[in-house]
Amino acid sequence: MAPGTTTMTSGIAGDTILKVEHLSMKFGGLMAINDLSLEVRRGEITALIGPNGAGKTTVFNCITGFYKPTMGMLTLQRRDGKEYLLERLRDFEIPKLAGVARTFQNIRLFSGLTVLENLLVAQHNALMKASGYTILGLLGLPAYSRAVDASIEKAKYWLDKADLTDRADDPAGDLPYGAQRRLEIARAMCTNPELLCLDEPAAGLNPRESAALNTLLHQIRDEGASILLIEHDMSVVMEISDHVVVLEYGQKISDGSPDHVKNDPRVIAAYLGVEDDEVEEVIAVELEGGNH
Amino acid sequence: MEYFIQQLINGLTLGSIYGLVAIGYTMVYGIIGMINFAHGDIFMLGGFAALIVFLIATSFFAGIPVALLLLLMLLVGMLMTGLWNWTIERVAYRPLRGSFRLAPLITAIGMSIVLSNFIQVTQGPRNKPIPPMVTDVFHIGGITISLKQVLIVIITAVLLFAFWYIVNKTPLGRAQRATEQDRKMAALLGVDVDRTISITFIMGAALAAVAGGMYLMYYGVASFNDGFIPGVKAFTAAVLGGIGSLPGAVLGGLLIGLIESLWSAYFSIAYKDVATFAILAFVLIFKPTGILGRPEVEKV
Repeated sequence: MAPGTTTMTSGIAGDTILKVEHLSMKFGGLMAINDLSLEVRRGEITALIGPNGAGKTTVFNCITGFYKPTMGMLTLQRRDGKEYLLERLRDFEIPKLAGVARTFQNIRLFSGLTVLENLLVAQHNALMKASGYTILGLLGLPAYSRAVDASIEKAKYWLDKADLTDRADDPAGDLPYGAQRRLEIARAMCTNPELLCLDEPAAGLNPRESAALNTLLHQIRDEGASILLIEHDMSVVMEISDHVVVLEYGQKISDGSPDHVKNDPRVIAAYLGVEDDEVEEVIAVELEGGNH
Repeated sequence: MEYFIQQLINGLTLGSIYGLVAIGYTMVYGIIGMINFAHGDIFMLGGFAALIVFLIATSFFAGIPVALLLLLMLLVGMLMTGLWNWTIERVAYRPLRGSFRLAPLITAIGMSIVLSNFIQVTQGPRNKPIPPMVTDVFHIGGITISLKQVLIVIITAVLLFAFWYIVNKTPLGRAQRATEQDRKMAALLGVDVDRTISITFIMGAALAAVAGGMYLMYYGVASFNDGFIPGVKAFTAAVLGGIGSLPGAVLGGLLIGLIESLWSAYFSIAYKDVATFAILAFVLIFKPTGILGRPEVEKV
């Protein structure tokens, strides 16, 4: 059995794709995440929000294998019922076996490779297998060329979705910023993920690019992938997410629908930076000002 | 003029060998940013593997066709040295990945000493000669071209093409280039980075082994010391062409070969290595990124 695979069903409901339980991450004396539990439901867009330094990116880094959590369990359930413990997988197994892909806050494209090649690298495992780990591929067997055609088809599909078809053969580093962001998402989608983790996908986008991004994310969700995203822009969060989790100082302070979270006094307090005993006051202000 | 062309041909032959070895330096540097100083000794091992195959084959199957013998020497050499380099990477370099920068460099020098001493102990310190295998010579005008020179250039060209194809046109090569640019990101897209690096070491070793086998055929002698001077020259070639750049390694190899043979032809042969390494010093001073190297732009 592959490491990190469990066959027992650990009480994960069928509609949950990722279950984070009692996750803690310590850097020296700093507790970046403290006993965090949350669930990401299948087919939804879940937003992870919170003030700067709340530990959002750290959660992402634990999910995608950048950090080994100090404590806690990250269970991913695939559509076929197989479960993987993400903290036990090796870095490249997280996309390969568990079907988790991610993007970064600062863009990390292979800038020297062309746009198309960026999308083909993401299909590496399928292509390697079809090419008999390169050796058979050198002989040009028909099964291999079919796999190549299929991978190019998929790349074209996502190029079209990301509106990048006419730039396919340009080096990825030459694209404008908004296009690079869309390419990152398209590349992540080429790994066939079931869970797509996006770290501030809308950062630095102008309103038009931001709207195009929202459309792209909705399309991705409607095709069956679940999305977990970190976002600062509250208007984006409220518009596109189905479920919002709010972090502060490494702990969860609110969890629910966008409307629920928006009206949660602890969230308001966290964002406005007031003391706990002032929360009541803040609510009162909110209620007064709620009419305009 | 004929003398000059003759020297060009000699330089081209020598340069092909340096170029093949230089690719191993440049690829490993490109993908993990370390100079594999044991690579010259991998080249030497390739020569010894070929020598052993030669001795076994000629003593057990006298009258084996030369072409088959040569093929066997090169193939077994590629296999053996590939295995050696894979092992070295696995036991000596991989555990140090992510360690401080000098650690892999020091280990590499250590591995280089281990390999040359190992061969010195097991094969003896004396030069090992083999009888000439390919003796045909063509005369065109006043120029003499030996068949082995032609073979070396052709084999090099074929290998370079195969190699170029793998790096640029196959999923493996794409993964290598992606790993070179951003190792962590490649892993997050499902590329097994450790395996990709291992394959890179094996590929580099295979090319060096062919170079080692051809070096043995060309000069007719193998020595445990062979890894040092030719190895450093191939490294010079990689730096001259621009370390990290594959066409640069080939170009650098050819240039070093030409410089060496032209210098020996027109100036003092005793100073040919001085000339080669003086070039290295000049390149490092005036164009640190080499001829085809990309300047490193650090984004802040």
